[in-house]
Amino acid sequence: MNTQLKDPNDVSVGRTKEMFHRPTDIEEAVSCLAAHPGAVPIAGGTDVMVGVNYRRLRPAAMIDLTGVVELREWSDEGDAIRIGAGVPYARIIDDLGGVLPGLAAASRTVGSPQIRNRGTLGGNLATASPAGDAHPPLLAAGAKVEIASTAGRRTVPAADFYTGPKRSVLAESELIAAVIVPKAAGPQQFLKVGNRGAMVISVCSFALSLDVEGRAVGAGIGSAGPTPLRATEAESIELPWDKSGPLGDETVERFGALVAEAARPIDDVRGTAAYRRHALAVCARRALLRAWKELLCDWN
Amino acid sequence: MPEPHKPPTPPQRAAGGVGTSPVRPDATAKVNGAFEYASDLRADRMLWGHTVRSPHPRARILGVDTAAAEAIPGVAAVLTHADVPAAKHYGLIESDQPVLAADGTHYQGEPVALVAAEDLETARLAAESVKVDYEVLEPRCDPRRAVELGEVFRHQPVRIGDPDLTEPAVVVTREYVVGMQDQAPLGPESGLAVPSPDGGVELRVATQWLHSDLDQIAPCLGLEPDMVRITMAGIGGAFGAREDLSVQIHMAMLALKTGRPVKMMYDRAESFLGHVHRHPARMRYEHGADAEGRLLYVKAEIVLDGGAYASTTDAVVANAASLAVGPYEVEHVAVDVWGAITDNPPCGAMRGFGGVQTCFAYESQMDALADELGISPVEIRRRNAVSQGSKLITGQLIDAPAPLADMLGRFTAMPVPAIAAERDAADLPGGFGNTTRGEGVVRGVGYGVGLKNICYSEGFDDYSTARVRLELVDGEPVAFVHTAAAEVGQGHQTLQAQIARTELGVERVELLPADTSVGSAGSSSASRQSYMTGGAVKAACEAVRELWTERDLADGPIEAVREFRHRETKPMDPVTGQGDSHVQMALCVHRATVDVDVELGLVKVVELTAVQDVGTILNPVALEGQIHGGSAQGLGLAVMEELVMDEGRVRNASFTDYLIPTILDMPPMRLDILENADPAAPYGLRGAGEPPTLSATPAIVAAIRDATGLPLTRVPVRPEHLVGTP
Ligand SMILES: Cc1cc2nc3c(=O)[nH]c(=O)nc-3n(C[C@H](O)[C@H](O)[C@H](O)COP(=O)(O)OP(=O)(O)OC[C@H]3O[C@@H](n4cnc5c(N)ncnc54)[C@H](O)[C@@H]3O)c2cc1C
Repeated sequence: MNTQLKDPNDVSVGRTKEMFHRPTDIEEAVSCLAAHPGAVPIAGGTDVMVGVNYRRLRPAAMIDLTGVVELREWSDEGDAIRIGAGVPYARIIDDLGGVLPGLAAASRTVGSPQIRNRGTLGGNLATASPAGDAHPPLLAAGAKVEIASTAGRRTVPAADFYTGPKRSVLAESELIAAVIVPKAAGPQQFLKVGNRGAMVISVCSFALSLDVEGRAVGAGIGSAGPTPLRATEAESIELPWDKSGPLGDETVERFGALVAEAARPIDDVRGTAAYRRHALAVCARRALLRAWKELLCDWN
Repeated sequence: MPEPHKPPTPPQRAAGGVGTSPVRPDATAKVNGAFEYASDLRADRMLWGHTVRSPHPRARILGVDTAAAEAIPGVAAVLTHADVPAAKHYGLIESDQPVLAADGTHYQGEPVALVAAEDLETARLAAESVKVDYEVLEPRCDPRRAVELGEVFRHQPVRIGDPDLTEPAVVVTREYVVGMQDQAPLGPESGLAVPSPDGGVELRVATQWLHSDLDQIAPCLGLEPDMVRITMAGIGGAFGAREDLSVQIHMAMLALKTGRPVKMMYDRAESFLGHVHRHPARMRYEHGADAEGRLLYVKAEIVLDGGAYASTTDAVVANAASLAVGPYEVEHVAVDVWGAITDNPPCGAMRGFGGVQTCFAYESQMDALADELGISPVEIRRRNAVSQGSKLITGQLIDAPAPLADMLGRFTAMPVPAIAAERDAADLPGGFGNTTRGEGVVRGVGYGVGLKNICYSEGFDDYSTARVRLELVDGEPVAFVHTAAAEVGQGHQTLQAQIARTELGVERVELLPADTSVGSAGSSSASRQSYMTGGAVKAACEAVRELWTERDLADGPIEAVREFRHRETKPMDPVTGQGDSHVQMALCVHRATVDVDVELGLVKVVELTAVQDVGTILNPVALEGQIHGGSAQGLGLAVMEELVMDEGRVRNASFTDYLIPTILDMPPMRLDILENADPAAPYGLRGAGEPPTLSATPAIVAAIRDATGLPLTRVPVRPEHLVGTP
């Protein structure tokens, strides 16, 4: 139909064969990356293409990961789900809402339907924006990131993955192969504060994960520090696991305060540091109350 | 056998005529993606133009070195101030804006140089390679300081009676702030310039007023007006942002220099820096009333930040002044409005045009008065409401229906919705962020009334031209309608066809492309096109009908050209502000119901009901679209839309951080549309596009105040304002 509308030569990126690679398995992909230093991997392209359009990024070459089958699949590993780095949010929502409710809830808040169809977990991790929505639930659940290179594979806990604003342990020669997320062992919550009902980058976000058997609390913070953060002090809060009764107000208050304390927010155009701390305390309290209510329902 | 092609006498209800909602001519193409927007334009051998912009709000330019850019393969031209062929400045009211900056820049993003190259990427690279030597200066960003120094585009006072002689039972004094809103049209500034063999240039551009563009472009190019031919291109929204020039002169210069077609298209960040914004405002208001809540006096000092260049600030100041107290009767007034000159981004036209800022303030004042007196917000408005026969504070008589009291009364028949037992995340503050399932949520209700002038004011020679030809095609009469009116999405093309059907009784109407080969239609702004170009098409059709009665269409086409003018207006007196400055006045009333998450400071507007008097409904669907859209923009200003400034720099020139409402943020709207015809206007119509933009904002903020008890004197209201953190 509209042949006059779009001309692929509008933006002269990836025009030639030497500039655009499309491997079909991870080994080929990492070799390709090793052979072309400076080449930029592209999955959904929802971060890469924004960079290209704003000329922050002028890739010498691109490696399209969408042809790598292993990256596009997830599998059940017993205690955990192994999610290929190229699985888009829409699939996480559709397929994994039951076993990974926290990550699925976060995925639901990402962008718009189009972005959720294309955007991937691997892209979110590699970008490593403090505002990336996948990070808090991965931190709360104790997920691990599987990284591949020509040297083989290594696994890094999510908590050790982020090193600074938009920085991570990922080397130029490495690809993210998968994310291994323990199956939910109790209620999980994700709350994202944004000044619009949807399609909004978070002002701050909070993920909670309760492990009933292990009597453990996982707490992840987004958009309130140079990296996504774990609220470790808050995670060590004592909860009345035995009593199967409601939470005391003091516990809830304290949990909120500890989460707020764990944040290292700044003032920026999306919100003030003070508001972020305040909002995190509110979100943490609500998350804990909701999760506990869910537990009580299960117990009774 | 039917009568052979006789003119209808008198004009009758025609299928697809006035009062109906025929399908827009561009509807199918827009839905299936085939519509050609200005950004889709292309031509053989086309070059891409790109603008070099100053990153500094205020700087001296010591030198521009284009050598490196010119050396890049594929670069066809690099132009600076020295290359501007003739007049070096342009402007809508005053020619004060440099085509390209010469010695200095006065706002962030001011154009300094131009490049043309074989492709967009090369053009961008070349633009980055132009070396501009700046001496960075401290920008002057405080509009109040500018007023103190007398650095203003205009000061307009309004004085009636003497506020100090009144004896009020209650006085409320507040300061209000309105942040910088952007029109945020989805289609970026784009166009195509093609040099013509005769040395002239053809421009295709998405704009709001072709002839005003022409009047500004031709002198800068040093061409006679008939050597510059402009055709309207597919537009992706305007809202005032396309009244000022953007790509027009620049792409024409590049095309004339290179002898090749040149396309320009801004990216989103550039678009935010490359068009004017709504004037931010600081407003100090004092209202005095008697014990019954009747207004005794209003004092107001209003500072609008005009930014670096004049644009339309002059007219925005006049609107803010003449509409400063809203649709209320008051006999003692002392209003001063200043349009300050600063190094902030230039501000100019945006839907509501000076009426939006003051409406937020005077409506907030009415609520504060009601609060003090313990009467309802509806009651205080009713007690002060204007009606036909009232006078504006300019002394102008409201001579057409203005049934505000009746409009306010209509809400009793439309009760506030009950709180649903089951609420989806989408229905709650925070939306899909899942921040509340009802925790911390408090409901509030508020009202807002707006008064907006329709058409151009203050003695401006406002007219529109239409050429209508009736002709037999395959034995059927077909009306060809030609105007230069800009279809900016409002549905004006549809209306032109409706009018031709009604007036000429024909089925088929062909609309010729809007261009400069026909007389000016004036601007698609000030809610004026239905009135003005609608009036011109109607007049031309009437003339054709007249001729038709005298002869047979089979003998050849019948054509008529008509210019339509509204009644004369007068400038405001420079000292007292008195004068019949406006053509027509329009009213809209909103009620908003909000749910506020008071712990997180997030707001969900759950109900927005509008009562608007439009005189006569010409196209129900298009009209509803205008009210919905205007209300959405008002909602945006109330709770999210703001260009955040830092010492003259825009901090959020992207859709990542300049948030506009999505479908999820807009509640379904109830509309109650009144038709009290204005006898002076074509079909009795009243301009409808702007009034809802005024009243939605104060209604929503009043509802948030109702829920939270907070004073809220600034829009947009941000979450931190509601939770009390810095
Ligand atoms: C309109 C819009 C809205 C958005 N809204 C949100 C939102 O609400 N929340 C949010 O978190 N994000 C949002 N984003 C950002 C983006 O969608 C996400 O970060 C997404 O997860 C990126 O995934 P992708 O597959 O598109 O990454 P790409 O753009 O393809 O890649 C991103 C980065 O990751 C690298 N990369 C990709 N895959 C791999 C891999 N397997 N190994 C190593 N490196 C890799 C790329 O080289 C690049 O540096 C939004 C983006 C847009 C355009």
